[in-house]
Amino acid sequence: METGTSRVKRGMAEMQKGGVIMDVMNAEQAKIAEAAGATAVMALERVPSDIRAAGGVARMADPTIVEEVMKVVSIPVMAKARIGHYVEAKVLESLGVDYIDESEVLTPADEVFHINKSEFTVPFVCGAKDLGEALRRIQEGASMIRTKGEPGTGNIVEAVRHMRLIMGQIRHVQNLSKDELYHEAKVLGVPYELLLGVHETGRLPVVNFAAGGIATPADAALMMHLGSDGVFVGSGIFKSENPEKFARAIVEATTHYEDYELIARVSKNLGTPMKGIEISKLDRSERMQDRGL
Amino acid sequence: MKIGVLALQGAVAEHIRSIEQAGGSGVAVKRTEQLGEIDGLIIPGGESTTIGKLMRKYGFIEAIREFAQAGKPVFGTCAGLIVLAERLEGAEEPHLRLMDMTVARNAFGRQRESFETDLDVKGIDTPLRAVFIRAPLIKEVGPEVEVLSTYKGEIVTARQGNLLASSFHPELTDDFRLHSYFLDMAKEAAERARS
Repeated sequence: METGTSRVKRGMAEMQKGGVIMDVMNAEQAKIAEAAGATAVMALERVPSDIRAAGGVARMADPTIVEEVMKVVSIPVMAKARIGHYVEAKVLESLGVDYIDESEVLTPADEVFHINKSEFTVPFVCGAKDLGEALRRIQEGASMIRTKGEPGTGNIVEAVRHMRLIMGQIRHVQNLSKDELYHEAKVLGVPYELLLGVHETGRLPVVNFAAGGIATPADAALMMHLGSDGVFVGSGIFKSENPEKFARAIVEATTHYEDYELIARVSKNLGTPMKGIEISKLDRSERMQDRGL
Repeated sequence: MKIGVLALQGAVAEHIRSIEQAGGSGVAVKRTEQLGEIDGLIIPGGESTTIGKLMRKYGFIEAIREFAQAGKPVFGTCAGLIVLAERLEGAEEPHLRLMDMTVARNAFGRQRESFETDLDVKGIDTPLRAVFIRAPLIKEVGPEVEVLSTYKGEIVTARQGNLLASSFHPELTDDFRLHSYFLDMAKEAAERARS
């Protein structure tokens, strides 16, 4: 009997496919998310848009919040640790969370090194903007990848950019000859063996979700159309006018992302989505996606 | 044999791949009308609360009950096993109520307790590599249910006529023998229907 194998850790993410993982800040929101059909919840002290508004250093949530959420739902509970913050991750593992997000939404603890995730029993998800970042995180032990997007903006444009780039780079790698792969591995800054796997299979070796800016059912369906295995919705649910309705509608649109009549139906009378931010209005220093390369 | 994989949420592509490796053809099922075109149905692993909710919403509860009652085989893995059960421990309402068994969800604990192991399964000659992820257990079964495998004394694979259920994920390994077993069930059912 073996725990924490890469099959067990990656398999857990496979079970999330086609699903919606929702950010929640307390037990009550967690129950709403589960009732709406979320496949997992991310327990946080503040959603990304509030982190953005508050400024200062964003850290791991108070363990009380994480435990409170774990107590009230039967679906998996995820929580965020700062990039490179080994101890926050160990603390979350000790609490029994089901997945750790080593996340650029929090203020990085280490500007050079990520956590060595392969030595943990609990699996990790990490953000990526391109194929190089995705494969570097996988090499460090990430069992699931998500686009970084631009968290807390309610603007889908960056998640679309990242998903299109990753998918385009995968297609490019598939078309390279074996001798060209060595050079490509050097250019991308990734191990040759992982790149060879992408060349042969035409996909990442782990599940790839969309995150960062999803605010409507149509946004979620767009990310599925672009090849995402599922979606994370951060501020988009509990910063909308009617979280319950938004949550249910986003779940349905993710399952039936090619059924446009259904998406039209679930999009009716939802109320106001979260207020978004135009990316060009963000100062360079406020971009979370540039953290942890 | 054409096997459908219920594609509301969960590990759909892995089951389709395994069925095809075992010699069948696999198709993702998103609408109840598709049940008329398949010889057997797999309900995959995923989150049972999500899958159950979406099944209710799109009329799959009645449609799959009719499909199974017509003698067509259904195979549930992990969340799929939960969905098949007549009785569930805890707060979750039972879904299809097809198999006479009581199931406990997340019976081994949280993700850090998830594991893989070699498992003897009745009808398969050598042990299977079985991957258990936040897996459920079958706590007790009715007289019609045959136990196919146990882990540490607890039931993890069972069959009731045309219904098959496993706590673990045969679709996550490159061993396709449990999928072959299910394909044989589909062939037998098709022959029965013809005669």
